[in-house]
Amino acid sequence: MDLITPNIGLIFWQLVIFLIVLFLLAKFAWKPILGSLKEREDSIESALRMADQAKLEMQQLKAGNEKLIAEARMERDKMMQEATQMANQLIEQAKSKATEEGSRMIMQAREAIQNEKQAALTEVKNTAAKLSIDIAERILRRELADSGSQQQLVDSYLKDVKLN
Amino acid sequence: MKRLLIALFCILSLPVFANEPAATQAEATDKEAFSPGEMILHHIGDAHEWHFATLGDEEHGTHLTLPLPVIAYQPTKGLSVFSSSNLAHGQAYNGLKLEHEHLVAEDGGKVYDFSITKNVASLLLSALILLLVFTAVARGYRKNHGGAPRGIQSFFEPIVVFIRDEVAKKSIGPKYERYMPYLLTIFFFIWFNNLLGLMPGAANLTGNIAVTMTLALLTLIITLASSNSNYWHHIFATPGVPKPLLLIMIPVELIGIVVKPFSLMIRLFANITAGHIVVLSFISLIFIFQSIFISPVTLAFGLFINVLELLVAILQAYIFTLLTAMYIGGAVEEHHDADYQMGGGDGADEAHVARAAH
Repeated sequence: MDLITPNIGLIFWQLVIFLIVLFLLAKFAWKPILGSLKEREDSIESALRMADQAKLEMQQLKAGNEKLIAEARMERDKMMQEATQMANQLIEQAKSKATEEGSRMIMQAREAIQNEKQAALTEVKNTAAKLSIDIAERILRRELADSGSQQQLVDSYLKDVKLN
Repeated sequence: MKRLLIALFCILSLPVFANEPAATQAEATDKEAFSPGEMILHHIGDAHEWHFATLGDEEHGTHLTLPLPVIAYQPTKGLSVFSSSNLAHGQAYNGLKLEHEHLVAEDGGKVYDFSITKNVASLLLSALILLLVFTAVARGYRKNHGGAPRGIQSFFEPIVVFIRDEVAKKSIGPKYERYMPYLLTIFFFIWFNNLLGLMPGAANLTGNIAVTMTLALLTLIITLASSNSNYWHHIFATPGVPKPLLLIMIPVELIGIVVKPFSLMIRLFANITAGHIVVLSFISLIFIFQSIFISPVTLAFGLFINVLELLVAILQAYIFTLLTAMYIGGAVEEHHDADYQMGGGDGADEAHVARAAH
């Protein structure tokens, strides 16, 4: 029966000491321990969330980069195309210009040749005329001794002149 | 397993009680006669001195004891404080003497005994250990701010987290934080004292009904102090129960309020005391049979029970804490539809077993 009869003294001491222990532990042990645990859990959670966010941002950044690269590539292609086009145009232009110049020069040359030819012909004509006149003079000097023949000659000349 | 042990204990205790008259008879003729029942009750009971061992025989040997202060209050004489060594061997001091470890006045007057007994000394020791251990753990958190736990801190952290997550959060719900200091303190208080009680020569503190009664009363007070209208509504107007039945239900629920902490008190007391009794019974076998050949049996069973008691030490601390958390949870719960069989079923069963053990 002794075993199940609570002793007043022990109840008193148990109550006093337990409450003191409860108070001291709550103040000096459980508060800092639970506080630190919570703080650590919060920091882990926020770190995980931040990591997730960083991953997302990274993905976005990567996607942005890829877009940028694609755009740059497109730009480059476009520029290359334009450059090729321009170069072709220039070549074309130069070619046509050269052809034009060439034909112009040929024309000029032809013209000059024509002029030279004309001049040469005129000279030849003049020389020929002079020569003919000289010859005619000489012939005339010799031939005009005879008046009939003179007449004959004049006639023939006149005939010729008409034919001309 | 528990039932098996209890059965074993019952069988073992039968010859003990049967022997008792014979033993007392023998005591008259032979002082050396051994009475296991007396020895066991002496070991699990409280004492005014801390007795560790006796070298030599009872009469002439050296007693290794630590005398403890006696603090007694008598309405007629007032307070008296003196060392318990003054009361040794049934001597009277200051009009007080010890009768079967009870302080009584020689003139038969009333005595209120507030002595620092073996249990109170053990209680103080455990309080000191608790404070030293957990301030060391808390210091670890301060020194090692934000880092991974180290040393003693890493041993206790999982337990603290377990109590918080598996006991408090699950049983109490969103308001668990207010009750964490109490839950952690009773868990570690019971566990440490259960373990201290297993030491040779130590006091049987958590197997003392006064201690478990105080703890259970604190749980009852906290439960009632934190109860909300839902809790009382559930008791006085249990939902879904026809009006005439309430005549029966209200007394039953009111008894339930008291029975819950009562079961806490009996469960812890009976489990720890039963464990001590079983271990001591196995040790007594040697003296009952007065043969060295029984010692292997004593050793094997004693070791087995002792290791089992290590498990029981933490299990009982856990059960006490869990049930306390459930009772508090039932009192603070906002929606009162799920909670009633949580503590009741398991608790009643345990208490039944515990009573059987006693």
